[in-house]
Amino acid sequence: MQNEDQLLEEVTNSEYKYGFYTEMDSDQAPKGLNEDIIRFISAKKKEPEWLLEYRLNALRIWQTMEEPNWAHLGYPKPDFQDLHYYSAPKPKKQLDSLDEVDPELLETFKKLGISIEEQERLTGVAVDVVVDSVSVATSFKKKLGELGIIFCSFSEAVQEHPELVRKYLGTVVPTTDNFYATLNSAVFTDGSFCYIPKGTKCPMELSTYFRINEANTGQFERTLVVADEGSYVSYLEGCTAPMRDENQLHAAVVELVALDNAEIKYSTIQNWYPGSKEGKGGIYNFVTKRGLCMENSKISWTQVETGSAVTWKYPGCILKGNNSIGEFYSVAVTSNHQQADTGSKMIHLGKNTKSTIISKGISAGQAQNSYRGLVKINKGATNARNFTQCDSLLMGNNCGAHTFPYIEVGNQSSKVEHEATTSKIGEDQIFYCKQRGMDETTAINLIVNGYCKEVLNQLPMEFAVEAQKLLEISLEGSVG
Amino acid sequence: MIKIKNLHASIEGTEILRGINLEVKAGEIHAIMGPNGSGKSTLASVLAGRDEYEVTEGSVDFLGNDLLDMEPEDRSRAGLFLAFQYPVEIPGVSNINFLKTAINEAREKRGEEPMAAKDFLKRVKDKSKLVELDGRLANRSVNEGFSGGEKKRNEIFQMAMLDPKLSVLDETDSGLDIDALRVVANGVNQLKTKDNASIVITHYQRLLDYIVPDFVHVLYQGRIVKTGPKELALELEEKGYDWIIKDLEEVSA
Repeated sequence: MQNEDQLLEEVTNSEYKYGFYTEMDSDQAPKGLNEDIIRFISAKKKEPEWLLEYRLNALRIWQTMEEPNWAHLGYPKPDFQDLHYYSAPKPKKQLDSLDEVDPELLETFKKLGISIEEQERLTGVAVDVVVDSVSVATSFKKKLGELGIIFCSFSEAVQEHPELVRKYLGTVVPTTDNFYATLNSAVFTDGSFCYIPKGTKCPMELSTYFRINEANTGQFERTLVVADEGSYVSYLEGCTAPMRDENQLHAAVVELVALDNAEIKYSTIQNWYPGSKEGKGGIYNFVTKRGLCMENSKISWTQVETGSAVTWKYPGCILKGNNSIGEFYSVAVTSNHQQADTGSKMIHLGKNTKSTIISKGISAGQAQNSYRGLVKINKGATNARNFTQCDSLLMGNNCGAHTFPYIEVGNQSSKVEHEATTSKIGEDQIFYCKQRGMDETTAINLIVNGYCKEVLNQLPMEFAVEAQKLLEISLEGSVG
Repeated sequence: MIKIKNLHASIEGTEILRGINLEVKAGEIHAIMGPNGSGKSTLASVLAGRDEYEVTEGSVDFLGNDLLDMEPEDRSRAGLFLAFQYPVEIPGVSNINFLKTAINEAREKRGEEPMAAKDFLKRVKDKSKLVELDGRLANRSVNEGFSGGEKKRNEIFQMAMLDPKLSVLDETDSGLDIDALRVVANGVNQLKTKDNASIVITHYQRLLDYIVPDFVHVLYQGRIVKTGPKELALELEEKGYDWIIKDLEEVSA
């Protein structure tokens, strides 16, 4: 345990060592969404004409769409004309010391092993910039640059590598895809861009932690990762520190492109503000994440999600190339009044394509946790295979778990397996652990970690340690 | 070691234990026998602190502590071990990790350092031999996919690892074939010292061919109605419980 703690501390410290740099702009667009607003955003970002057209086209489509209602979620529908679609990153309210911060939040930081310095930054206490950090980030960038790897903010990519952005933007998640994705295509402000050249194996985990000039990406984040032929990249998104945000609605789009023989591993830890214990506030997270797999390529999504008040998210893969592989490993924790409708979509187009879905839902308190997944085997997908396992774990008597699997098979030679279980965390299991000398908290952590093991094992090691810790904190006091 | 005085306990309003008196000293093995429904497993559960049972009267002194006032985990840390009649499965948690967590948590509460990995692994190796537990079982998830015999052997293995003062074996013989029974009994016998003690709960006499008790108690309708030397078990095997019950009825008539 000691080792893990040290490791965790190292990780959480290093995460923030690298400093932040945000270009401030005082402008803010008026409320509402129309062509003028889009033109305003595009002009602000000095975008090329084609991107403006892309946005305007998305807006026109979006205006004909209706917000979907099919998810097993209940929340007041946002008024989309009552939002600012462009505003310069607001500096958070400056505090003079940590004494002014919610003690509960500080307690969480302590458990996560976050340094005092970092706590100050996260909570908006004024801190001095650590000069040293800039050099670390620079050397990191230099190393990637030598390999031809591009890793920068989306806005920067639009300016520096417009041909790449133009070639791949919207190729996986088309503008017409769904209500939130279409909205994102019209109004996205920033995000991340990553390109791995042919035959290159990215030597380090690419993480948004390390990106030096990460702008405040706001509500409508856009991420595009392209792995060229024969390349490999492992990409980490998010962090365990509880993120509070003024924006309630988040509608991000993530597109992954794995060209022939390439592999992308995309890991997410998401711990956004879930709202108060009484169910007030919290972030609505409507994300579209999809990967496109060409011949012999592989995309693997791994996610540990404990945050947000409402989550609507189905990372998936389009297995276009023959022999391509798609994987989805997920742990979604909902407690108190959180709601999640999440799962995966695997679309098999190519021959001998394989997909695996392992979904572990945990509900506690009054929470509702739904798995919704689609496995589609197209006519031409000879010998396609899918294995789906979705397990739900309930803690207490007031939460719910639901499973909505959709399977469409258009090719006789394919094999599709689906397994689902729902279990309650057993009083018997807890008592058994206690009888061997463990506290209730230790017992629950042990049982939950065992339950999530298949997913946690997929995460890069230091991320897995954080995720474990995060699960512990999220479920603290949820039984008994 | 343990002094049980006038112990009454009920579940959902039904009284199961109706005045148990029992004292077990260090170095002793006590067998508790009795027909189905006499309260044998309830006694084990109450001693371990299962909260479905409500203790309505009586006291239990365990090594100078008020056992009934302690949480289940504190009872365990104080040296009370229950070998479960139905060992519980914990998917995804390896036996090794389970025991390491248990042992180190108890050490932490005593203000001790965690056990060194080398020492821990050596102990695993030694103790798994004791119950002829296949080395691979140690790395499998706790009781998941174990056969009935493996589960019971695993209980004794855990007992060996945790080195308790008082072990309560709740029908550890049920569902075991004769070879597994011998292995389990052999483990228990080897773990016996002059400083620890065992309460062996069983329905059948045959376990007592292998684990020789110092005392045999007959439990009937929530009370210990007869206590005798190890020969009492043989008598029960031969004549069943009816003669004791008959005797009782005559006394009360």
